[in-house]
Amino acid sequence: MSVLVFIDIAEGQIKKASFEAACYGAQTASIMGTKAEAIVLGTCNEDLSILGNYGISKVHSIADHTLNNFDSQVFTKVIAEAIETLGSDVIVFANNTTGKAIGPRLSAKIKAGIVTGAVALPDMSNGFVVRKTVFSGKAFANIGITSTKKIICLNPNSFNITKSDQKAEVVTLNAVVPASKTTVVSVNKVTGEVSLSEADIVVSGGRGLKGPENWGLVTDLAKLLGAATACSRPVADIHWRPHHEHVGQTGLAIAPNLYIAIGISGAIQHLAGVNRSKVIVVINKDPEAPFFKAADYGIVGDAFEVVPKIIEAVKKLKGMS
Amino acid sequence: MKILICISKTPDTTAKIAFADNNTKFTTDGVQWILNPYDEWYSLVRAIELKEADPSTVLHLINVGGADCEPIIRKALALGGDEAIRVNSEESDSYNVAAQIAHIAKEGNYDLIFTGKETIDYNGSSIGGMIAEMMDLPFISHAVKFNLEGGKAIVTREIDGGEETVQSELPLLVSCQKGMAEQRIPNMKGIMGARTKPLKVTEPITVETLTSIVSFDLPPSKAGVKLVSPDNPEELVRLLNEEAKAI
Repeated sequence: MSVLVFIDIAEGQIKKASFEAACYGAQTASIMGTKAEAIVLGTCNEDLSILGNYGISKVHSIADHTLNNFDSQVFTKVIAEAIETLGSDVIVFANNTTGKAIGPRLSAKIKAGIVTGAVALPDMSNGFVVRKTVFSGKAFANIGITSTKKIICLNPNSFNITKSDQKAEVVTLNAVVPASKTTVVSVNKVTGEVSLSEADIVVSGGRGLKGPENWGLVTDLAKLLGAATACSRPVADIHWRPHHEHVGQTGLAIAPNLYIAIGISGAIQHLAGVNRSKVIVVINKDPEAPFFKAADYGIVGDAFEVVPKIIEAVKKLKGMS
Repeated sequence: MKILICISKTPDTTAKIAFADNNTKFTTDGVQWILNPYDEWYSLVRAIELKEADPSTVLHLINVGGADCEPIIRKALALGGDEAIRVNSEESDSYNVAAQIAHIAKEGNYDLIFTGKETIDYNGSSIGGMIAEMMDLPFISHAVKFNLEGGKAIVTREIDGGEETVQSELPLLVSCQKGMAEQRIPNMKGIMGARTKPLKVTEPITVETLTSIVSFDLPPSKAGVKLVSPDNPEELVRLLNEEAKAI
């Protein structure tokens, strides 16, 4: 009986959402009175023993370079085999595009009940109940998993990362990697920027900014705060900003610690993508903008006057001026 | 080319979310049901476009649900599906629903199976991957672009911070999201034609469930917005730093 955490890597680096999943897996294991182990597929440039900092006791590495190309069918087969070998009962993924592609497949393969979008540790006082967001963040559901094996996909930014100075034991796991039916042709990725789904702070702009030439306000503030940038649906639809920045019902759903919305009115479809943010700041010149009802802090004012002053105040706070 | 499109009904985006029976059931009173937007706007419409490019393409729709799902099935037929199958089962968990669809899909020799990336009610994002595994098919999730070239699929999918284009063998299962196609409205000819298109109803197979809903609850309501004067935005920065401890 043990907990196995899938560690998602991109370009040889461990993703932040995986550190979160590791902490979650370690605490789940501690409730169960067992240990949390991790599995890494593909070659990783980082020292995997650092996963011990996040509560992982042992890391099983399958450093086969063919696994650097992601294929959910291949990954599922390899992980299912590892679960068999290791006797894992609870498997934890980050609920990102990788976790959402493998988790459900693995659920069908090993007949393990799955909860995607989990936001809290499992409650084992009466069965095994996992809390998740439903109705696009407008409600929560507590889901009981009734099968012996269980899969949890943890929503990014929903669990506190705690660190110690423990090191994990790293071992090589031998695996038969089946041939893939898919080939990656090209990757188009913005590198060097904060990933939107994992960002602590997100600065977002809407049509109120009047045009893409004014986006400096959003990007300057974001850079200063170490934040990711986002936008509303109309802004992506008229190509002021790339589609992968669109947050909302049909875009990305995010849950940063701080969400700053500039010139966004806050239609229900937009709120569906951001309502899990811990602190919401709205800057809009329309006092009737529905977003103010969902906000924690707000300024009714012209973004072109207010935001530069905020930027100056943040610089002062950070001792930069 | 034979394509199976999985569709389901969900409450309208603006539906009031409330629960009954000791918070164990979603209150459906007064709720307007719609075709799940990801199933409709992206997956179904892209399949229709593929049929427009190659008229020999056949589009089958599948839904797992009660008779109350038929209006959304007729709408999907009005948009351009050729025929539909409804598995007469009240929705249970995603494993059960996926098994019902896989059972029928195995008989149908489909080249492609499309699902939406998730339903907007349970946000499970699970059915597609499960069907793919049950049928041992390649699965590309969160697709934003789909094309056929020389008997293979060229699919662009979302990854963290960008996009990745993948070539895949057929048959293949794809979960679709924004970017695949643009929303369409059924025309009168489509609506009239949909009335006589075949809609077959079959009984479900016996499949176990692996999860069950224990209860629902609503997030605590916000305390209310704290407004800062536009003449003093520095105060906002102070509050975010000292009170919210967010920066």
